[in-house]
Amino acid sequence: MSFNALIVVALGYVVFLFAIAFIAERRAANGHSNWLSSPWIYTLSLSIYCTAWTFYGAVGYAARSGLEFVTIYLGPTLVMVGWWWVVRRLVRIGRAQRITSIADLVSSRFGKSTQLGMIVTVISVIAATPYIALQLQSVTLSFAVFAQIEGVTWDQPDFNVTAMWVAIGLAVFTIIFGTRNLDANERHHGVVIAIAVEAIVKLLALVAVGVFVVWGIAGGPGEMLTRIDNSDIELWNDDSGRWISLIFLSGAAFLCLPRMFQVLVVENADERHLHVASWAFPLYLFMMSLFVVPIAVIGLDLLPAGSNPDLFVVTVPLSQGQGGLALLSFLGGFSSATSMVIVATIALATMVSNHIVTPVWLSFQANQHAVMSGDVRNVILLSRRLSVAGIMVLGFLYYRVSGGGTALAAIGLISFTGAVQILPAMIAGMFWRGATGVGAAAGLLTGLAIWMWTLFLPSFGVDAVISQAVMENGLMGLSWLRPQALFGVSGLDPLVHGIMWSMLLNATMLIICSLVTFPGPLERLQGAQFVNVFEHSSAAPAWTGAATGAEDLLIMSQRILGSTEAQGLFTQEAVRQGKVGYLPEVTPDFIERLERELAGSVGAATAHAMIGQLIGGSSVSVEDLIAVADEAAQILEYSNRLEAKSKEQEQTARALRAANDKLTALSIQKDAFLSQISHELRTPMTSIRSFSDILRDGEMGDEDHARYASIIHDEAVRLTRLLDDLLDLSVLENGQVVLHEQTGKLSDLLDRAMRAAGLHDGVLQVSRDRAAEDITLTADLDRLAQVFINLISNASKYCDAAEPHLRIKVIEDKDGYAVDFIDNGSGIARKNQELIFEKFSRVADGSKAGGAGLGLAICREIMHRLGGDVLYLAGQDGAAFRVRLPKVKKSEALEQT
Amino acid sequence: MSRQKTQAIFLEKASYRKRRLRDAAKLVPFLGIVLLAIPLAWSSNAPDDRIGSSGLLYVFGVWVLLIVLAAVLSVWMRSGHGADGQDTGAN
Repeated sequence: MSFNALIVVALGYVVFLFAIAFIAERRAANGHSNWLSSPWIYTLSLSIYCTAWTFYGAVGYAARSGLEFVTIYLGPTLVMVGWWWVVRRLVRIGRAQRITSIADLVSSRFGKSTQLGMIVTVISVIAATPYIALQLQSVTLSFAVFAQIEGVTWDQPDFNVTAMWVAIGLAVFTIIFGTRNLDANERHHGVVIAIAVEAIVKLLALVAVGVFVVWGIAGGPGEMLTRIDNSDIELWNDDSGRWISLIFLSGAAFLCLPRMFQVLVVENADERHLHVASWAFPLYLFMMSLFVVPIAVIGLDLLPAGSNPDLFVVTVPLSQGQGGLALLSFLGGFSSATSMVIVATIALATMVSNHIVTPVWLSFQANQHAVMSGDVRNVILLSRRLSVAGIMVLGFLYYRVSGGGTALAAIGLISFTGAVQILPAMIAGMFWRGATGVGAAAGLLTGLAIWMWTLFLPSFGVDAVISQAVMENGLMGLSWLRPQALFGVSGLDPLVHGIMWSMLLNATMLIICSLVTFPGPLERLQGAQFVNVFEHSSAAPAWTGAATGAEDLLIMSQRILGSTEAQGLFTQEAVRQGKVGYLPEVTPDFIERLERELAGSVGAATAHAMIGQLIGGSSVSVEDLIAVADEAAQILEYSNRLEAKSKEQEQTARALRAANDKLTALSIQKDAFLSQISHELRTPMTSIRSFSDILRDGEMGDEDHARYASIIHDEAVRLTRLLDDLLDLSVLENGQVVLHEQTGKLSDLLDRAMRAAGLHDGVLQVSRDRAAEDITLTADLDRLAQVFINLISNASKYCDAAEPHLRIKVIEDKDGYAVDFIDNGSGIARKNQELIFEKFSRVADGSKAGGAGLGLAICREIMHRLGGDVLYLAGQDGAAFRVRLPKVKKSEALEQT
Repeated sequence: MSRQKTQAIFLEKASYRKRRLRDAAKLVPFLGIVLLAIPLAWSSNAPDDRIGSSGLLYVFGVWVLLIVLAAVLSVWMRSGHGADGQDTGAN
């Protein structure tokens, strides 16, 4: 394998990637993007997490620190298998808010703040630059390995030239495929498909080398494990702090690295892809890590001492004469480096152009017409392209300055720690509505400062930036400011120390400043939308009114989105509003939609500022927010009232139904009564008439005469009694009754009632409790006696027991007296218990009763007049009636005495 | 905004199963953390008692377990997809 051949293969591979990206872009442009947005492509695109630092560095890491290298992959594994917690929410927010980058996420959440966007961008660029340099280094190193085979040992200038060409090539690819379209939500199909291909290449390469090592050299898994046990590698070291810290760090970095955010959130085409990625991506990481330890062990065994373990993936196959395998491995490393650099620069360039260049440019355009007359689209695209180039230059310069030494290898984790400073603001923004922009900024700046002081600046080496004296004695001699022993906490691993302090103080500042500050209205609005992203709550529109025409908005949108897309958007809205033509009404809703659309291109903060400039800045106010909340509360109250009302109506309906049933029953009863009463009236009338006929005709004895006359008399009495009852009831009902107050003993009254009830035949046995009856009453005793008589005679008439027996029980309680009349008959059926107190009701056979069914109705009327009541007592042995008397009479009848 | 939507307190069997699957999915990372913290207890033993390939196998075994769990849960969840997309609410 000659070096020139390697160059040709590498270039051929690059051309192949260009072609694939180009075809993918073409197909996507023609609308054939289905296969491009499959969950597998999504999962593979996530693999840019595995950079060249992984591809080469993991083996080196394992050779130096044993199993610790897996922490870098276990963190993302835990994040992905636990996607239901954070990743799902992140993706949903990203889609709902048209988020373009992690800086946009933070800025958008905290009131579309330009400053926060800038802070996050700066942190990300600082943290990513060494990482990009690291990729350039690994590619050049791997080139150098092949050059060495030909006997050419590279000098520093050779490395630099190679690194420069690699950087230029990557910049060109990125600019062509990464900054062609402006709407980041359209996604970079070409780039995504290219990195998916590269993901497969690097996995295949590493697995191929691993398989060769395990089966080709060691002779199988069993032998491999023995060799691992016998090797010098210390698989476990005793620093448990690092193990946990690094798992946390890598998991957090997986969410916070700009390039990961780009593929995980921005390029996500469908939330359901997460279902597959949740296990497929951990599987990918697993495959990437599986053979790392074997390669490291075999490399240490086979290669001469002092050879760079970071390059074992290439040098082990080369040493065994496997040129082809080494070439594949080289391509794997090349893929890892290039895909990472491309995506990282796209993500960073978007951030730089949206959050630094455009806001600065806009602030120079004083009047609102600048937004329309200046060519915004070109400015933004140009700024992105320049940003790509600038970031690549930064990476290259870092590579030059750091000298590409082994110091660079250590910077991967330090770079991670820098990126992770965004985590507290991001997590708080997604889960805590109380997090404010001031808090987020304070946390970010604190974290950035501590990271710089404890990790980043010391990483340049002793005396490079921080002098040895400061390292040992602290800044200005203050020992609690020693970079690796802040606040006197020494003895920790420097990395763990840096992670702990930066995260702790970052989060603390965020929380404290959030608690004491008050967010602006837009910030509160955005906070609610982020935290409640899964609840489809109605939100306040961010704009309350517009002092501009649709035309101005269209002109501005065309400058950013391009004329076709902008016009399409406006026409669509016009159709939605039901208007003819392509200019819709400028409603707050539409402005919000438009802003979101623009945010997909230029970021939330810039889009908000642009629209604000154009429509005169009538953004949402606290009052508007509260008004919306009030509206929601009113709706809630209204629906509650409706519910209460319908419940009330239901109750009324139920009462009406019951009344209706009763009326129907009564009506039937009344009919029955009418026929009954006519029968009752007719029977005596018939006998009176026929006997008076006989009397008129004469011709009879005195005896007969007297008998017939007495029959006529009895029948007339019966008629009179019936009519008396009717009259009595009608008087009672009309309230015309006059009550006569008297005072007497209850026992006397009952004696009188029993006598009057005609219990002469002695059939009905009555048992009484004279002691309890010793009560003095003040009431209309005649009327009360009438009630008792009625109840007692009812018992004697209707009790159907073989030995009829009536128990009269007197109960005294705090409200009054109750006199119970309980017989031992069969009682009254449940369905009739309601009806017996109604007029004309007769439960038993009429002939036996001899009355017209008015007795109980009269009783009840009387008791009501007396301020008491008479009720049927269910659940006794037989029929049982309770007469209730008040102790203090408060009936209206008293006034009539 | 007030949470004005009144949500069902009890669900049918299918939705109920879905919620519990989601609970399981949420618990997987914690299982992972616990299992991956276990190696921390090993290293403090005698210095000559080296943990070699068995430690390696343990870590990779846990890894496989997590992947399999995530895969199984995701397949089950997808098979009943679309019943409800709400994050909060009833059990």
